[in-house]
Amino acid sequence: MTSIFPPAIVFILGALIIPFLKGRLKSVYMLILPIIAFLVLRGIPEGNYVIAQIMDKDLFLRIDKLSLVFSYVFILVTFIGIIYALHVKESGEHIAAFVYAGSALGVVFAGDLITLFIFWELLTIAALFIIWSNRTKAAQSAGFRYMLVHLFGGVSLLSGIILRVVETGSTDFGYIGLGGLSSYLILLGVAINVGIPPMHSWLVDAYPEASVTGTVFLSAFTTKAAIYVLARAFPGEEILIIAGVVMAVFPIFFAVLENDLRRVLSYSLINQVGFMVVGIGIGIPLAINGAVAHAFADILFKSLLFMGVGAVLYRTGTAKGTDLGGLYKSMPITMIFTLIGAASISALPLFSAFATKSMIITASGKEGMTVVYFLLLFAAAGVFHHAGIKIPFFTFFAHDSGKRPKEAPLNMLVAMGIAAFLSIFIGVYPQALYSILPNMVDYVPYTADHVISQLLLLFGAFTAFAFLMYTRIYPPEKRSINLDTDWFYRKAAPAVVSLIGAPLGRIYAWLSRAILETLPGFLTWFSKNPIGAIKISADSIMLSISGGNKEAQKRLQKEKAAYPGTLKEWSISTAVSIALVIFAVYMILFFS
Amino acid sequence: MKKESDFFDRPKVRKTLLVMFVVSFIILLVSDFFVHKHSYFYWDGIPAFNAVFGLVGSLSLVLIAKYLRPLIMREEKYYD
Repeated sequence: MTSIFPPAIVFILGALIIPFLKGRLKSVYMLILPIIAFLVLRGIPEGNYVIAQIMDKDLFLRIDKLSLVFSYVFILVTFIGIIYALHVKESGEHIAAFVYAGSALGVVFAGDLITLFIFWELLTIAALFIIWSNRTKAAQSAGFRYMLVHLFGGVSLLSGIILRVVETGSTDFGYIGLGGLSSYLILLGVAINVGIPPMHSWLVDAYPEASVTGTVFLSAFTTKAAIYVLARAFPGEEILIIAGVVMAVFPIFFAVLENDLRRVLSYSLINQVGFMVVGIGIGIPLAINGAVAHAFADILFKSLLFMGVGAVLYRTGTAKGTDLGGLYKSMPITMIFTLIGAASISALPLFSAFATKSMIITASGKEGMTVVYFLLLFAAAGVFHHAGIKIPFFTFFAHDSGKRPKEAPLNMLVAMGIAAFLSIFIGVYPQALYSILPNMVDYVPYTADHVISQLLLLFGAFTAFAFLMYTRIYPPEKRSINLDTDWFYRKAAPAVVSLIGAPLGRIYAWLSRAILETLPGFLTWFSKNPIGAIKISADSIMLSISGGNKEAQKRLQKEKAAYPGTLKEWSISTAVSIALVIFAVYMILFFS
Repeated sequence: MKKESDFFDRPKVRKTLLVMFVVSFIILLVSDFFVHKHSYFYWDGIPAFNAVFGLVGSLSLVLIAKYLRPLIMREEKYYD
């Protein structure tokens, strides 16, 4: 055993102290926690460390280049996210945020499958509490759906892990690769967190329901921690190329139509993660570097965009395209930061994605994947369309909504400022990011060819947008929701249940009525005057056979009205004598 | 109500932005003919290919989405 203190524990244990602190001290403490985690991390040299043991199996902490890149950006975005959330007084969401970030660190440093699974599940639970801390009914039910989907993923992952440990006898978490049931189960569990369609709808369902501050955290960790696991365990699997291309392409259609801007951003999150999945699927060193670098850049610019739209939501109470417009007049700083985020996600030269996303597209070109290359190019134009233009345009420009909200609070501006600065920094000086990537690759993003062709792509896309807006062909924003694969468990499954359940329910109701009401009721009625009851029954039958004889009808009615009538009372002694006679007969029969 | 800017509503500003956009687009298009290409396929080496691709791609994206709308759009209370 070594005396290494895992950075994940800094966050998770550190979070427990938050509720005991108040005011400025609490703010300072929360800002110092990420710094402590970073310093602790810097103090540990690369390598494998045994932290504990469970059932003779070592629990490892592994620090190498791949896990370090992810941990740096996780700590960074925790710091930014906490600044953004400093105005939130309640401790609940802060605790959940730190446990969430800590679990993500736990995932990237997990050297064995047991540790991986523990932190994987903790990640889901912490995310759930972040969603629930918004305390709206929508957030509550979205949280439940989130939980169900991820529990399924967790069970799949666990079954895969158990099978694998039985097969190989080792809990080591490293390259797995596809082959055999266990690897497919593990991949399925991971794919749910990545958001690979059709298992992506939890993301667009739940993330926009979380609080303004919660969504910033959510957007950063679950999908990117899963990308890390893919890069570690399944690099070069061809199926990931297909999955990634689908992820990159299909959400842009939804994003064009969606009215809720945080939902638009959720779709673009899936689209960006799609690029990373393609990179991992291609598997050559350049592509893996591209996927990792793009995850790093994406965490920053996606949180920046969520923060920008979040600030608008915080000030105006809405994030719907139909209700916004013209906000640049009173929220100019938020507008500038959001535009920087938009430029970064669109891969404009001098902004981060230009230096990261292009590595993945270049890798697909180098490998001669024609279809993949052009679909990624299409997705790159598409993301500019919805995240680069639509988000800022409908929020800050377009038709004037008449809203004149105050500029975002200072802490939000500072958080956005840091994310914006870093997004530009990576774009201007990508070598800083390249130097911490897992593979040694010589890639030069700034060539005349690349700059001009990328600008032409974006200019072309912008011209298309301007043309469609000018001619009013562009589909207007509408208050609506769009169907996605969550329809299957939100509408279809309940419908199937009621389709099967309704007839069964009717049978059950009939049976219970027959047994508990009709039958006892009849017996009670019958036993009041058995002879009279039999007579009524016989008369009813006779009446129905004879066919409506008026006199018989009258008699039956009279009998029914008189029922049960006065019975001949028997004295107790008579009753006892009859009982004794029956008893005597019984005895004789029994003993003879 | 604090200070309010109407910068982007001024016709002059709008016109300047539009002119800047068109001019830089033309400069880019022209320079694309002279730049040395590292193309992976023979067609992405064609000058101005990316501009046309971006334009046509975005147009088809929006038009497809538009005709997808009746299929997937529901009122806001659909799931309640």
